[in-house]
Amino acid sequence: MYNPTVARLTYRALLGRRRALILFALPALLILISVAVRALTGVDDKVASDLLGGFALATMVPLIGVIAGTGAIGPEIDDGSIVYLLSKPVKRPTIIMTKLIVAIAVTMAFSAIPTLIAGFILNGNGQQIAVAYTVASLVASIAYSALFLLLGTVSRHAVVFGLVYALIWESLFGSLVSGAKTLSVQQWSLSLAEKIAGEGYVDATVALPTAAVLLVVVTVGATVYAGQKLRRLTLAGEE
Amino acid sequence: MTIIDIDHTSRWFGNVVAVNDVTMRIGPGVTGLLGPNGAGKSTLINMMGGFLAPSTGSVTLDGTPIWRNEQVYKQVGVVPEREAMYDFLTGREFVVANAELHGLDDAAAQRALATVEMEYAQDRKISTYSKGMRQRVKMASALVHEPSVLLLDEPFNGMDPRQRMQLMELLRRMGDEGRTVLFSSHILEEVEQLASHIEVVVAGRHAASGDFRKIRRLMTDRPHRYLIRSSDDRALAAALIADPSTAGIEVDLKEGALRIQAVDFGRFTELLPRVARASGIRLLTVSPSDESLESVFSYLVTA
Repeated sequence: MYNPTVARLTYRALLGRRRALILFALPALLILISVAVRALTGVDDKVASDLLGGFALATMVPLIGVIAGTGAIGPEIDDGSIVYLLSKPVKRPTIIMTKLIVAIAVTMAFSAIPTLIAGFILNGNGQQIAVAYTVASLVASIAYSALFLLLGTVSRHAVVFGLVYALIWESLFGSLVSGAKTLSVQQWSLSLAEKIAGEGYVDATVALPTAAVLLVVVTVGATVYAGQKLRRLTLAGEE
Repeated sequence: MTIIDIDHTSRWFGNVVAVNDVTMRIGPGVTGLLGPNGAGKSTLINMMGGFLAPSTGSVTLDGTPIWRNEQVYKQVGVVPEREAMYDFLTGREFVVANAELHGLDDAAAQRALATVEMEYAQDRKISTYSKGMRQRVKMASALVHEPSVLLLDEPFNGMDPRQRMQLMELLRRMGDEGRTVLFSSHILEEVEQLASHIEVVVAGRHAASGDFRKIRRLMTDRPHRYLIRSSDDRALAAALIADPSTAGIEVDLKEGALRIQAVDFGRFTELLPRVARASGIRLLTVSPSDESLESVFSYLVTA
């Protein structure tokens, strides 16, 4: 279910494109803000939790998920170069699984690691806040990658849809409509952070068992469906 | 023996029929798929390459359906028309990746690069390549596993004459080795130089099939139409109709011109200036009125 050649091509395509700059810019911004906050307000567990929850998990992780998830396959389908992968005796679900693994690895590397560093800068992992949000980022990376990889497989406008989901659904609707919170990757991963961090520092609206089931269903469902879509992918000619 | 069978196959996109009830069999040797732009050549090649499902009918390789069957690529090599490749790789990296996807090693990639004579530029980024160089690297990527079937969509587009000669030589050699080579083109001369067998498609239909002599004859023997203006149209008409190379002449009073239908193309083009000079008539306009490729091909459909 993993092809090292597909992985190498995907990884080089992801990091070789201009979009990759955002992958570096967002974590750099998080760390910059963390250093500034620490310097101005000193160690404050509440502030640390607000910043990691409000910026790192709510904004940075989904944005990086969009870039890595859609970028792992979308551009290849758009310009037709995917034909070089498809015209090989390699199972299509293997191509999807490999691209998913690369997308997850990239999202984790550019979101979970900076979150951990920022947490240590902010309050030295007091109340386990840094670790809690890092674990949440790791889990969210998996679900976002699967979701946005599927989006990249089925739509030419995957980045737009991905941004709409990440920014409007999760941030806006998530805070206004309570029902929307149940269907939010961010909330699912928060339920895990809630269990790890000290009492009262992380608030999740979804219970952990529900969240775990939804995470698994979305990740597996999106991946299987993307594999099916790729098997039926048709390449229109120039005509 | 590797044979692609297209059996009563149609493919439509929404309301547009791209391929209409085509039946053909592509066997060993070089076959040219000839037709004007938009005739459905790419759609046919995409179905043979497993990138498109037939709407009706079947496309099979030695009896096995090609659509949704990755195993056919062990035998099939595809050279797509689209330019997009992994531009951030070097030519060598790209061909090596293609070899690896077939489960082969670097040596296979190196052999393929040597076959298309791209070793000299193999360590440059693909983004710096000319169109002809890209075409050759695409070729190499399709040849790494020495396929018994090679499908090429408009492979000569953008190549200079020398590169064209080289590629023709290579394809000819592969055909002689007993491989099934199919390439598409909208240029008759290209097809006739290379292909031992020609399939013609026009407007989604299978218009003709045979060796190039047969196709050439079909194309040049059709009636040609000319619009001619001269210093004395009626005298010229009288002199021309006496010759068997003309089948009909109409004096178009509104246009102030002659509309001539010629049946023997070669003889008529030689006859016209000779007759005009002998009768002291000046030719003012001689224009073929149906020389477009479209009309040449559409003649074939009705033939």
